[in-house]
Amino acid sequence: MQNDAGKLLPEIVRSDETGLLTEWLKLQGASGVSRGTSEEDVREKSRDFLRGFAEAVQHGNLTDIDAPEWESVRQVLTDVSKSGARNGLTPAQTATFVFSLKQPLFTRITSKSNDVETLASELWTVSKLIDQLGLHTTELYQKGREEVINRQQRDILELSTPVVKLWDGIVALPLIGALDSERTQVVMETLLEQIVANGASIAIIDITGVPTVDTLVAQHLLKAVAAARLMGAECIISGVRPQIAQTMVHLGVELHEVLTKATIADAFAVALKRTNRKVVVTDRAAEAQRA
Amino acid sequence: MTGQRIPILQLGPFLLVSIQIDMDDQTAVALQDDLSNVIVRKGARGVLIDISALDVVDSFIGRILGTIAATSRILDAQTVVVGMQPSVAITLVELGLSLKGVRTALNIERGMDILRASEDESTTDVDDDDA
Repeated sequence: MQNDAGKLLPEIVRSDETGLLTEWLKLQGASGVSRGTSEEDVREKSRDFLRGFAEAVQHGNLTDIDAPEWESVRQVLTDVSKSGARNGLTPAQTATFVFSLKQPLFTRITSKSNDVETLASELWTVSKLIDQLGLHTTELYQKGREEVINRQQRDILELSTPVVKLWDGIVALPLIGALDSERTQVVMETLLEQIVANGASIAIIDITGVPTVDTLVAQHLLKAVAAARLMGAECIISGVRPQIAQTMVHLGVELHEVLTKATIADAFAVALKRTNRKVVVTDRAAEAQRA
Repeated sequence: MTGQRIPILQLGPFLLVSIQIDMDDQTAVALQDDLSNVIVRKGARGVLIDISALDVVDSFIGRILGTIAATSRILDAQTVVVGMQPSVAITLVELGLSLKGVRTALNIERGMDILRASEDESTTDVDDDDA
């Protein structure tokens, strides 16, 4: 029985590959799979898929798509689902790529089988096979989406924690966005690493871009300050907005023993003073001002 | 293991302790003992403790560092801990040990600067008193 089932499929695919492709493409167009991708691209992918599919079914293995002979088919599906995930197609749209192949295959099988029993078993085999491929596509789609999300998360983390060198021995960390424990960890690590790399003795933490400072955020900030101090660098917190200063006082948040400044410029002035430097107005600038 | 001692080197009026091995608790206690003895014997004015080679500092070692600093201060010697690794600093903060009262510096050179500066300050103070 197992050998009998699936005998028709290889024959159909071999004999009528072009017909299948045309009909399949038409169905894909109708269901909107091709949206967002060029028609040629879809045609090429479908052709590749059918070719791999035809080759794979010739081996007689219609039950296990993890087998090596299905490698090229899996490859095409990987491409389709990854590009679907990137181009914002829904999982259903992506899976329809495979599922829309069912109809052309079924009509051909129906027209070729003589008795009901063969028809039923043939349809069952093909249906199971296509379902497997469809599930595989959805799984890959999901993986593709997860990759996108992970990459974005990493990007955001890295983007949001740049440590900039202001002068020899002075680094600044402009914080943007809410501070949670995970981000504090990253912020702290980057800050400490950059303190070592730049041989910095003063670090300015600018919180202009931090929307709210509650007790938890203050605690995180103090942790970073304490860690920097252990490495031998002094921290100045700058960019405390008036509202935030008020909120902090209302909440009873105290940043004791940490120097706070309203703007990063003030903090930089203090940092220069601590490192025995000063900014002077040159003669030419003074002249220009007088003129 | 009990025989392991951390060498204490003299650099002018200061002492240099470079911890190059993973300290166990006994070694740390021994260091504390030795150091206080040497400070008194040599009349040292400052102590530099270099921990740049330490990858792991547990709460006990962290506390010992604090005790060493406090003891030295009573014996009129400044303690500066230098070269702490970022990971160690984070661990200590997470453990709630921020080593208050211990001065820190990025490297030995900076640590030496701090000791010299405070030495200068204290000598000028004395001069002022005389005048």
